[in-house]
Amino acid sequence: MADDTIPRRRFLLGASTAVAAGFTPNADAQTPAPAAAPAPSNEPVTYLTLSALEAAFLSAVADTMIPADQLSPSGTDCGVVVFIDRQLAGSFGGGAKLYRSGPFRKGKPEHGYQLPLTPREFVGAGITATNDWVRKVHGKDFHRLNPKEREDALKALEGGKAELGDFDGRQFFDALINLVMEGFLADPIYGGNRNKAAWKMIGYPGLPALYANSIDEYRHKRYLVEPQSIADFS
Amino acid sequence: MATRLKDVDAVMVGMGWTGSILARELTKAGLSVVGLERGPDRVPGNDFVLPTIRDELRYGRRSEFIADNSIETVTFRHFPNESALPMRRWGAFSPGEGVGGAGLHWTGHHWRFLPNDFLLKSQTLARYGARAIPDYMTIEDWGVTYDELEPHFDRFDKLCGTSGKAGNLRGTLVPGGNPFEGVRSSEYPNKPLKQGHAGELFEKAANELGYHPFPLPASNASAPYLNSEGVQIGACQYCGFCTRFGCEANAKASANVCLMPVLRRDPKFELRTRAYVASLIYDKAGKKVTGVTYVDLRTGEEYEQPAGLVVLCGYVFANTQLMLLAGIGEPYDPASGKGAVGRNYCYQTQAGTDAFFEDKFFNPFMQAGGSHTGIDDFNGDNFDHAGLGFLGGGYLSCTANGMQPIGARVFPRGTPNWGAQWKRDMVKWYGRSVRFATQGCSYASRNNFLDLDPTYKDALGRPLIRMTYNDTDDAQKMSTYLLDVCRKIAEAMKPTHIQQRPRPKLFHVVPGQSTHNTGGTIMGTDPKTTVVNRYLQAWDAHNLFVMGASVFPQNAGYNPTGTVGALAYWSANAITSRYLKSPGPLV
Repeated sequence: MADDTIPRRRFLLGASTAVAAGFTPNADAQTPAPAAAPAPSNEPVTYLTLSALEAAFLSAVADTMIPADQLSPSGTDCGVVVFIDRQLAGSFGGGAKLYRSGPFRKGKPEHGYQLPLTPREFVGAGITATNDWVRKVHGKDFHRLNPKEREDALKALEGGKAELGDFDGRQFFDALINLVMEGFLADPIYGGNRNKAAWKMIGYPGLPALYANSIDEYRHKRYLVEPQSIADFS
Repeated sequence: MATRLKDVDAVMVGMGWTGSILARELTKAGLSVVGLERGPDRVPGNDFVLPTIRDELRYGRRSEFIADNSIETVTFRHFPNESALPMRRWGAFSPGEGVGGAGLHWTGHHWRFLPNDFLLKSQTLARYGARAIPDYMTIEDWGVTYDELEPHFDRFDKLCGTSGKAGNLRGTLVPGGNPFEGVRSSEYPNKPLKQGHAGELFEKAANELGYHPFPLPASNASAPYLNSEGVQIGACQYCGFCTRFGCEANAKASANVCLMPVLRRDPKFELRTRAYVASLIYDKAGKKVTGVTYVDLRTGEEYEQPAGLVVLCGYVFANTQLMLLAGIGEPYDPASGKGAVGRNYCYQTQAGTDAFFEDKFFNPFMQAGGSHTGIDDFNGDNFDHAGLGFLGGGYLSCTANGMQPIGARVFPRGTPNWGAQWKRDMVKWYGRSVRFATQGCSYASRNNFLDLDPTYKDALGRPLIRMTYNDTDDAQKMSTYLLDVCRKIAEAMKPTHIQQRPRPKLFHVVPGQSTHNTGGTIMGTDPKTTVVNRYLQAWDAHNLFVMGASVFPQNAGYNPTGTVGALAYWSANAITSRYLKSPGPLV
């Protein structure tokens, strides 16, 4: 898998490419200020469960769903792939709180998830199936596609138009977008939303959320503060 | 072989709202009570604390307080001629687990059903005639009236420290409250919660249209309150972390906050957690139960707990499953319409509208779960149904969208779900939309019911409950009607965009909707078609009482908890004032 060294290296180093710091959400910020850079880290990214190929795939997905721009750094630079890795390596990925007894049968869409796979296994199988399909069309893996091709491939998955054989591409897409958005918007303790970049982007104040004394004052004006997260109070 | 334990006077199966209320009333009457709870203990001050309780991923998305599907779930199908498949993860609804049950992670909407709701069948027949009730509809009277329950509604309000504004105080209409509610004997314990800007806009628009808006009643305490048990309830901080969370301010009422502090000190009460009740021990000839068996989920050991009185306080599905497995009462048969256990399973017919305002910001993170503004003009029989082609209705209410960021992705239709344009739209629309919700009733159909699944089993090897459910035509028409009212109010608020979220034609188990499942062990006056009598006493086992929304003959257009609490106090009163003196059928 020599091909995969480049993307892996790219997101290892990704943190250094982002722009200036110090963005505070602004009430009339229809024109946003430059996005905050994640704190530079000298620590290598070591994944708990993702293979290099899986990490490259998810990094490409995260950066297509959340491209770097003035609003925020890229999904990968916000820690989304680290978040997904930790989620899949932990109890959620292992199928905790999931009913896993058979028989396993295909239901109607209204029945929801009916596969025997844990979330970790499901994401792995989805990556394999998606790369197989992308290779048939483009002759290379998803993370090797250019940005426009990645977007088109994700749109095909989202629209149920990707030819993944027996594998339900739309269901896989739903899992991907849920994980990416959770990684982007959840509290930073899980490894994503680095520097509270997503909360700064939208103007979500985070913690401590004690508003009994401010709800009257802010009924008709926007409440904007530098967001704080769980770690800020720990 | 189960180890037989020492006899106790009473055993509670489940320690949520009703288990804790009954345990408290029974120990006050002098009984020794054991509370068996399948999940873990959950203690305010330890389990709901800053900063860790403000974690949308842990509680909102990974569902820490929601029941574990690997232990138990339900199977689902739309129609009786289909095979059912298991809900492998909760979605549409989220039963609880652990001390507090679903009443720990509820939002706090605290209602009383309407007087008409309890006399639904007889009053519908009297007002509209038999032809107004569709052939499939199996609505019933409850066997108890609002007036009989009123003192018990009042007690539950004072346990919870409920916030609100009375609309009908001892027969006098009070401005600012809900003019359609049943007569209240006293004002709410606390003043209404503060409304946000979204609520103000809604109130103005609803008034302009001639409706009767009011701040919704909620058990999120607007001020500190010393409750009826002498427990100090805290003041709501408007943090937005109610639904699926515990409350670090002790402001959202729950068994954990309002009652367990008293029970924990009570020498007559013993709590056993991780104790999963496997069966009711039924003496059919004697028409009584002699106790329960349970599995200690820490060790796998099985125990028999003999008890003089057994109170089923589990969720709708667990109560119905235990009755069916024990063979207490005749199982419902949809083909013949005969039988009682599993009959009249109902849900909540929710839908909604989103309205977007480019020029406003609603600070959506700054509100309580219960701080909605709503109207009750189109609930129950508060409006004339002649010629409408449906029965019932629901309240509708409005609040700002997006209390927490992962769930705040609400956009005008057509907005991409990801990518550069999504990011711009996320910034543009975050905090700028309001959400209307219609809390539609769900009237019983002979085709909607619970029984035991022939294929899938729970962690103890018992058949899962199988749910057969789809919205009735009547409910869909009702929901469309309510959505039209939402649209009118939304338009009067002058938003940039409006979009409707109608009910799908087929019920979908994945999108979160409402943990307001009802029925399966319904109450009433006819032992052939109901499972418990008007005092929630099983017709076929006089020392077995069944609590919770599984006794609702059908669901009204409100959140159920207020009525669940009132029924628990009503039943407890019958047990302590009559049954204990002379054990036997109360009817």
